[in-house]
Amino acid sequence: MRYLPKSPSERREMLEAIGVQSVNELFESIPEKFRLRAPLALPAALSEPEIIQYFQARAAENSKGYTSFLGAGVYSHVRSVVTDALVQRGEFLTSYTPYQAEFAQGTLTAIFEFQTLMCQLTGQEVANASMYDGSTALTEAVLMAERITGRHRVLVARSVHPEYRHVLQTYAKNLSIQIEEIGYTESGQLDRAALKKESLEQAAAIVVQSPNFFGVMEELPALAEVAHASGALLVTGIAEAVSLGIVRPPAEADIVAMEGQSFGISPSYGGPYVGVIATRDKFVRQMPGRLAGQTTDAQGRRGFVLTLATREQHIRREKATSNICTNEALFALVATIHLSLLGKEGLREQALQNLAKARFAQAQLEKIPGVRRVFRGPSFNEFVLEFPRSVKMVNQDLLREKIIGPFALGTHYPELTKRALVCVTETTPRAEMERLAAAIGKILERPV
Amino acid sequence: MSYKSTEIESPVGKILKAREHVSQNEGLIFEKSAPGKRGMELPPLDVPAVDASKALGQEFTRDAIEGFPEVSEIEVIRHFTRLSTWNYAIDLGMYPLGSCTMKYNPRVNEFVARLDGLATEHPQQPAEVSQGCLRILYDLQKCLLSITGMDAATLQPVAGAQGELTGLLMIRAYLQSQGNPRKTVLIPDSAHGTNPASVVIAGYEVKNIKSNARGQIDTDHLREFCTDDVAALMLTNPSTLGVFEERIAEIAAILHERGALLYMDGANMNALAGVTRPGDFGVDLMHLNLHKTFSTPHGGGGPGAGPVLVKKFLEPFLPVPVVVQKEDGKFGLDHRRPHSIGRVRAYCGNFGVLLRALAYILAYGPGLRQATEDAVLNSNYIRKNLEGVFDLPYNLPSMHEVVFSDARQKKHGVNTMDIAKRLIDYGFHPYTTAFPLIVPGAMMIEPTESESREECDFFIEAMRSIAAEAETNPELVKTAPHSTRIGRLDEVAAARKPILRWKAEEGGSR
Repeated sequence: MRYLPKSPSERREMLEAIGVQSVNELFESIPEKFRLRAPLALPAALSEPEIIQYFQARAAENSKGYTSFLGAGVYSHVRSVVTDALVQRGEFLTSYTPYQAEFAQGTLTAIFEFQTLMCQLTGQEVANASMYDGSTALTEAVLMAERITGRHRVLVARSVHPEYRHVLQTYAKNLSIQIEEIGYTESGQLDRAALKKESLEQAAAIVVQSPNFFGVMEELPALAEVAHASGALLVTGIAEAVSLGIVRPPAEADIVAMEGQSFGISPSYGGPYVGVIATRDKFVRQMPGRLAGQTTDAQGRRGFVLTLATREQHIRREKATSNICTNEALFALVATIHLSLLGKEGLREQALQNLAKARFAQAQLEKIPGVRRVFRGPSFNEFVLEFPRSVKMVNQDLLREKIIGPFALGTHYPELTKRALVCVTETTPRAEMERLAAAIGKILERPV
Repeated sequence: MSYKSTEIESPVGKILKAREHVSQNEGLIFEKSAPGKRGMELPPLDVPAVDASKALGQEFTRDAIEGFPEVSEIEVIRHFTRLSTWNYAIDLGMYPLGSCTMKYNPRVNEFVARLDGLATEHPQQPAEVSQGCLRILYDLQKCLLSITGMDAATLQPVAGAQGELTGLLMIRAYLQSQGNPRKTVLIPDSAHGTNPASVVIAGYEVKNIKSNARGQIDTDHLREFCTDDVAALMLTNPSTLGVFEERIAEIAAILHERGALLYMDGANMNALAGVTRPGDFGVDLMHLNLHKTFSTPHGGGGPGAGPVLVKKFLEPFLPVPVVVQKEDGKFGLDHRRPHSIGRVRAYCGNFGVLLRALAYILAYGPGLRQATEDAVLNSNYIRKNLEGVFDLPYNLPSMHEVVFSDARQKKHGVNTMDIAKRLIDYGFHPYTTAFPLIVPGAMMIEPTESESREECDFFIEAMRSIAAEAETNPELVKTAPHSTRIGRLDEVAAARKPILRWKAEEGGSR
């Protein structure tokens, strides 16, 4: 086997050195009746070219050659080959969690840069080394708000990503956290009138996402005021991180939970991505996850270490702020390299391109008879349209045109059947937007 | 920027140490920034531009991001390449971190994970155009079930700790369906810290149970502790001492008699794959760490994947969605599962990690057993050669890892961390220090199957040499490492006055 660096005679010699006749003797602590006699029921071993063939065959069964208008939490954005070349360096790819700081300064320095970038983007004071993704980051942010305030109710906007809310429910179920869902207005923003005084007074946090699942920006400064007036925190989720190139950062929020997939990470059918938690300095000891901090060696040279570990499971066990151990370090590195390349101007330009393209697509689609834009709040690169018929039916027809249509909101919102969440990014060519509009126009002309 | 140089004594007189080389003095990316530079350009906009403040309203837009980097492509390449040289990695040599299973990460897995048609796929796209992704998930499930002897799986959890939580939530849902979720979960004192932390999130109380003199579960003690309030025992097998629980059948029986479940933390599955199956020795549910046993790269701390495998009676409680094969042979995602615990993460988990694990399994096939045998062979070979040099607190048959202690070297004032740091000077990553907690001054060594006999011999030689130094020149060991770019870092200062981000005005010290 090509991955195993031993010859048969080396194995024999090592067994001899140990003082056993056969390797089976090394497994004698396993009770005999539990030892496997037959080989594992697995497909026969494959060579490298065969492995490549298997995966190429699978890739061919997916959506190659299709144009997609799906966003809904996962976005196709530009990526540089530079990022990929750098993260494939074995020194990054095949190193462990940097517990031995002197031998892991590369990883630690990059984490420190990641934390800094996340603070700059979100307007917060401290960010951690990464969480699993946006959905779990939001959940951990809520648990953190509960610890900080000592309150057990959270007011969660229905316009938060439905799968994020689902994860939150799963985690919260056994922690006596009550979740109250708050609806949205015609603008697509959180319905402030639905925030009841008695709920707010018991609330650990108001939880929103901005841009929210409908692509609409929330009025964060006003929401922060409402939350703070009753002693609650404002937790803000961000699923489309590129928006931060042009959109006002959630500086008023107390905790920001972000999905960083948009920063150079491929969609990869759902992961791995990178979650972020950023907050105010005063809450740092309630944060989950790893933190890299600056320090010096005996000669005063700058270096970085994992720090404030007394929050973490390997020290605090059942009293830890979270059970997270393995995080998404390599993808935090992807984001760090990607943002370094894109830089101040590049990120702004990218965000502006998204905005311009979304406006263009929206105008094209709104021209189709029977198609209407639904939410009027300010939006970034996603917007909601109402079709005169089921989105799923329209999407079925679009698939025949090799177009993966917009997200059908009826999947998660029974009141929003016939509503579609359209996403375009800087990677969507104008011609494809025009093709989408033409295709939908044609589909809607045909009788149901 | 100033490049402070340190003079050191050498046989040829005073010289400047190599660490003062330019590549060793790389600053932070922010410190290389200058207005107007960038490392990436976008294709021109092919639609009319818009004015952001008009389109969104002034109150929703921001100015340029203060302090954000402005650097060229070559600077980014040099910066991160230089940083990378400050890391140790499995590609450079042996990484004997016990409990972490740092094995070779096959390069072909990186290649296939990046294929167009896999890396490019959106998790919400229709099943009609996702058959390839779904089949990968389905095939991986089948392989993992085969290896573990379990009946059903979820691939959604993205780390071992999340797998633990998922398993515990399923235990609770199952017991609830039987009328009483119960109150406590038993955890041996040798367990990973994630175990108790996960138990708390699942709404259970932790009850620690002591290991016996042999470092194993004391079955009398277990019997006494296993009241009607106990939901489950979380057991790492082999234990964190690298020892198989010989009385596993009895342990399972004690729990099952009381209506409690046996959860296995599969962190140490690298000792078992192809040799024995948890499903055969009484385990009700377990998680695997694909970033350990199944070779997906650790990447400096993640990503991982922590699939959970269960017996038939727990299948209704799996997280949604479940990957299924339909009657027509097509694959799909089943969301309609009324007893499901819900979702633990958006979408289908870390698909890119899962895909790499499948590539690894396909490369070995039933030959996985050989990898297990070699891992156990290496650890026993190292043990044999270091016995007598280091103290072996539990003299039990070792599987994939061996745990020594610093008891002998302590007499000279040298502890496990000192020895670990000195290993760096010999070109090896340290072993795991101070874990498991039941061994004072633990030195936990897991070589994995990826090491040749030669590499094992080098390691043994290094350890023996350090043991000799501990006697003849303890100061040398206590002040290690001496060969790295920087010396031991002041962790106390880092925690006392945390500096957790770079700030323009401070610039940072050099």
